[in-house]
Amino acid sequence: MTAEANRRWTENRSSVHRPVLRLPELWAYRELVGFLALRDIRARYKQAVFGVGWAVLQPLISAAIFTLVFRRLAGVPSDGVPYPLFALLSVSVWTYFATSVNGATTSLVSNAALVTKVYFPRLAAPLAALAHGVVGLTVALLLVAAAMAYYGVVPGLAVLWLPVCVLALMGVALGAGLLLSAINVRYRDVGQVVGLLLQVWLFASPVAYPSSLVPQRWRELYALNPMVGILDTFRWAVLGTPGPGPDVLLSLAAGGALLAVGVTYFQHSERRFADVI
Amino acid sequence: MMSNAVELAGVSKRYLLGEHHGTSGSLRDALSARARRLLGREAAVPAEELWSLRDVTLAVEEGDTLGLIGRNGAGKSTLLRIVTRITEPTAGVSRTRGRVGSLLEVGTGFHPELTGRENVYLNGAILGMNRRETTRQFDDIAEFAGVQRFLDTPVKRYSSGMYLRLAFAVAAHLDAEIMVVDEVLAVGDAEFQRKCLGKMSSLEREGRTVLFVSHNLDAIMRLCRTTAWLEQGELKAYGPTPQVAAAYLTATSNPSASREFPDRPDDPVALRRVVLLDADGNSTSLLPRGRPFAVEVTFVVHQPLPTLDLTVFVANLRGVRVLDEAWSDVQPSRPGLPGRYIARIEVPPLLTAGDYTAGIWLGSSYETVAYYEEVLAFRLEGGTSGRAERVLQLTAPWRVQRIDDVHAGCKAES
Repeated sequence: MTAEANRRWTENRSSVHRPVLRLPELWAYRELVGFLALRDIRARYKQAVFGVGWAVLQPLISAAIFTLVFRRLAGVPSDGVPYPLFALLSVSVWTYFATSVNGATTSLVSNAALVTKVYFPRLAAPLAALAHGVVGLTVALLLVAAAMAYYGVVPGLAVLWLPVCVLALMGVALGAGLLLSAINVRYRDVGQVVGLLLQVWLFASPVAYPSSLVPQRWRELYALNPMVGILDTFRWAVLGTPGPGPDVLLSLAAGGALLAVGVTYFQHSERRFADVI
Repeated sequence: MMSNAVELAGVSKRYLLGEHHGTSGSLRDALSARARRLLGREAAVPAEELWSLRDVTLAVEEGDTLGLIGRNGAGKSTLLRIVTRITEPTAGVSRTRGRVGSLLEVGTGFHPELTGRENVYLNGAILGMNRRETTRQFDDIAEFAGVQRFLDTPVKRYSSGMYLRLAFAVAAHLDAEIMVVDEVLAVGDAEFQRKCLGKMSSLEREGRTVLFVSHNLDAIMRLCRTTAWLEQGELKAYGPTPQVAAAYLTATSNPSASREFPDRPDDPVALRRVVLLDADGNSTSLLPRGRPFAVEVTFVVHQPLPTLDLTVFVANLRGVRVLDEAWSDVQPSRPGLPGRYIARIEVPPLLTAGDYTAGIWLGSSYETVAYYEEVLAFRLEGGTSGRAERVLQLTAPWRVQRIDDVHAGCKAES
């Protein structure tokens, strides 16, 4: 930090009428996001005999159960790719989404001591929850790659869209996480609701089944769930399933709206976190 | 030219109690209350307000140390939370220039599963230091905390003392222009407290601006040139520390020359009365410094006790106990036969002029019957002879003898 920067006044006044997104400040605290995420990762895997092995086992077991229940028992189709592969990728994406939303929701309350004792950009806490899940997502995507090699599925050029898919996934998770975490500061009921919400959301998203199974006349309504577009695009990019139709724009718009609402609500209530937490 | 590093202009902070009370708020209650209001069944209940701060205006010059004193709940912590931007003021504005570091509660953000080293970096990041800055300070931090050998041990295996030292060390080495310190000195052993005080005064020497909250008036007087006294959210006094501290003390311990206590016939011993007497035997709280005074204690023994003891102690304005005299110091055998007793201890004129409080302890060898830290408050009046502050003024006898004539000696040698 230069002497010039030190000379500037920082103000703290009531911001009822002008909540602001302080991105430069958030950037200055980027290491905090990393350290908070690192803390959660280390704390999670320390003293666990299996350690990071759990990150491998979890998606594998989930995919196996999905294959058994939805493929073997219910005969759900999988857009022309082997169902286990279909399920493994979907489960990887969904697990990241669910753990991020869950983690972000409780991020402020579980860091209550920090929120009330130290100043830091409050956004850092839910962001850390998002960063935390990246390890699991990476491990899971490597598993997908291994499974693709096993099934002889070669990705096309569309795989270059993968980073965009991941960013969109994070954006939707962040939107939902910000909204829920800010409400959770005030009303702890959210902690109960979020599990239920994610369960409903899981079945309202094409995780266990392809969205081609949804009747055409419901498709547009269905696409208002941002996870529909994200899962379809993920599978198109990685597994080469049929590309998403124009409905993906609906998902994109819905996801963008969710993020905007989340950020706005978070900014609006941020100023009172330390008082009501 | 000196300029301000911290400025508060008309800062007020309101907390809402009752309906909007944070922690117990449940969504159902809030929704049903709102629904009832919409249906017109119930008028909006104005939530109970609590003004934690009211129109506080003050400024701290760059490199200065401001002390904050006041009773619990006077708004000191709220003020620090506003300066550090943890919470927003309801009205007014707080401005800071430079990075603000806080020692509000050391060890916040330490994670028990992480090692000492990891926690130093994590805590550094929480306090706004980047990795490079923390690395630069790392050796100093470890040395100050004295935990070099345990840096790679999870802190859950640390003793509470080590934990505390490490936490304080990180915060104290924070490269911040403005430091906010809240009662850290209340924790830790004497050695650690001494270290903390040393660190605090070195912060000031380094030109840092410090805001310091403490109940330890002694520390405030040692470290702060300027002090603000908050009372029920309002700035009661603000200025040079000695004046503010004296005013605070006078107000909080209103001079009292005597105090009565109700009888407790069921207790084996009951304290009834404590009086301060001047050399002529009059009860007064204003005493001339140069003359002896006495503390007279009346108590009743209801049931016979094997032993009885009584202690009178006197503390000065800084809270330092300057006298602690027990009856057992001079009387080995003190059987407690039933009856009414009057005990009197005479204090020779050895204390300096200033404000004091007197306390009392009454009990047997096994239990405390009565213990009052500040039962009387009094002032010893007199000059300080323009001398630096001191505790005792004995006017002890001097013996000076002229043993030789130096000039004569020199001449004789040359």
